[in-house]
Amino acid sequence: MAVERINRKEIHPMENLLRMERMPHIWCPTCGIGIAVTAFTAALEKAKLDPNMVSIVSGIGCTGRVAGYVKLDSFHTTHGRPIAFATGIKVANPKMKVVVFSGDGDLMAIGGNHFIHAARRNIDMLVVCVNNFIYAMTGGQVAPTTPLAAYATTSPYGCVEPPFNIPYIADSSGAVYVARYTALHVRRLTNALTEALQKKGFSVVEVISPCGMYYSRINRLGDGLEMMKFYHDNVEIRNGEDTKNLDIGFQTKIICGKFVDRERPTYMERYNQWLSEVKPTGKNPDVSRGAQSEG
Amino acid sequence: MKADKTGVLTGSHILSGNEACAEGALAAGCRFLGLYPIVPSIEVSKRFLERAPQVGATFIQMEDEISALAAVIGASWTGKKSMTVTSGPGLSLMMEHLGLGVMLETPCVIVDIQMVGPGLGLPDHPAYGDMMQARWGSHGDYEIIALAPSSPQEMFDFTIKAFNFSERYRIPVAVMSDAYVAQLKETVVIPPADRINIEPRRYFQGPTDSYLPFKRDEDLVPRMVDIGQGYRFHVTGLTHDDRGYPIMFEECQEYNVHPLVRKIRCYVDKIVDTQETYIDDAEVVVISYGVAARAAGEAVAQARNTGLKAGSLKLNTVWPFPEKRVIELAKQVKAFIVPEMNFGQVVLEVERCSNGKANIFFLHHGDNGIEYPDGIIAAIKQASQTNELLSSTIELK
Repeated sequence: MAVERINRKEIHPMENLLRMERMPHIWCPTCGIGIAVTAFTAALEKAKLDPNMVSIVSGIGCTGRVAGYVKLDSFHTTHGRPIAFATGIKVANPKMKVVVFSGDGDLMAIGGNHFIHAARRNIDMLVVCVNNFIYAMTGGQVAPTTPLAAYATTSPYGCVEPPFNIPYIADSSGAVYVARYTALHVRRLTNALTEALQKKGFSVVEVISPCGMYYSRINRLGDGLEMMKFYHDNVEIRNGEDTKNLDIGFQTKIICGKFVDRERPTYMERYNQWLSEVKPTGKNPDVSRGAQSEG
Repeated sequence: MKADKTGVLTGSHILSGNEACAEGALAAGCRFLGLYPIVPSIEVSKRFLERAPQVGATFIQMEDEISALAAVIGASWTGKKSMTVTSGPGLSLMMEHLGLGVMLETPCVIVDIQMVGPGLGLPDHPAYGDMMQARWGSHGDYEIIALAPSSPQEMFDFTIKAFNFSERYRIPVAVMSDAYVAQLKETVVIPPADRINIEPRRYFQGPTDSYLPFKRDEDLVPRMVDIGQGYRFHVTGLTHDDRGYPIMFEECQEYNVHPLVRKIRCYVDKIVDTQETYIDDAEVVVISYGVAARAAGEAVAQARNTGLKAGSLKLNTVWPFPEKRVIELAKQVKAFIVPEMNFGQVVLEVERCSNGKANIFFLHHGDNGIEYPDGIIAAIKQASQTNELLSSTIELK
């Protein structure tokens, strides 16, 4: 048995879902995005989805690189637009399961409009939003999620803008599944992602991630391990908590859990229902008007 | 009267340019429309939506023009021919994804029903102020194909052509029309489906683990696959290698960006489509496109009746510009007349190609709202009587 183990070629457990030829990835030491990707690939297996029928779309930023490492039909698109791009995929081929994997700046600032409208339409997609409270790829600028008073390179005197509460926006815009965990909560996160993948409709999972290179360095919060300890000591799991209460302040308590799990007809369900009512008539007054001259 | 299963509304109809455009798209096999409402192009979407259930096409009204074209590019990768329709300000918002479409080499069609700009401009009034934007509007180097129909019949024909070009060369193609042609109603003859030339998507046929989304064979255009076929490919808007993985150093400019330009430049002769009338013995040639070509055609015919040696070069494709032909003509003619519904865009290309060898008279948009033959005839007369070579373009009104 022991001999067998030594001779066996070492294989990454997620090899069939990752583009191993692209490793090592670009993420810094202490970053939580890799953990989110591991949780996602594990969830993909647990959810028993056919990987050929799952497509992943990312925008721009550190998390925007996720699509490039996951071995699915994957698209690295423009800043803020992965949800719009994924909407096109889903509507044109409803058999696909679409996943948008991107960061807080990408999805909540430049892509905020697409986020709320996809939630309102209840497009059947999973949105994984990795929130590190900062624009990291461009060097640590203030994000729509940066807590009040936190420092960033473009908030050198402390952030003066109140941040978005992502689960609250998702909930009030119509998402059917909303959860939040940190990069420390790998098991809970994997379970949430599994549930969200199986859920029909617009599902949002926020992943709070340490950013050792920018957010915690600029704010002198220590390295990745310190951040993990902070999550360990300051996260409170409150499933079903009203999303109104999920604001995150600077180094305050972070409430995690599953907050929303409800049913609403998806865009394609409504679309097909409408189509089935319209199609049997087989004709359309405007078309026949246009065709008058044919006699 | 019912369309057949292929979506082709065979027969002779009175259609507006906008309606003809939607019919052209359906006949070309377009089965996805991503839209955002804007005047004066919304009737294209309206017609498409009315007909969608009959042919199994899907559509979605997005939250803005940015997302409309993003959705179109996503939809195109599922194997559905896809398009979006917009006007001036919407085209400005689409520039971001025009560039992405070029970089991801995604076939799609953008119909721009041009209106008076800039800014909010004058919606519902014709202009051709977006011609250079279509060519150069997105950042970085690229080539684009743009067609300029001048009648509802051409709206039908050119929309089909646009889809064919987009599939053949894996590129977004623009149909550059205007508020006048879009709302003009004329007879449109739609041939039976089997008489319409449709360029099928060129697919990669091979084992799933050997697909390279940007691998070019000798014809420079990579093959495609659809999402959901098991290829599990990756594409990125960053400069990339054959596998679609980012390459982030200077060589990528030559390796990745140059072919985007070359794959069009090498096929210019196949893409360029012009219509020449009375050109063999012409002393003065009117170069026109879009709605101005209607006035130009009439002006040239009338000028010929009065004994003036006028000819017409109508550009069906404005981009790529038919530079070879204009360089040739510059050596043989006295002057070019360029009537344009703007204050000088395509005339710059004519200047570049004629390179001082022929006089150029430019008729701008002016206060007429639309070009009339009278102004062009007067220009032809003036050009015929000008015997010396002028040092610069003469702008007429």
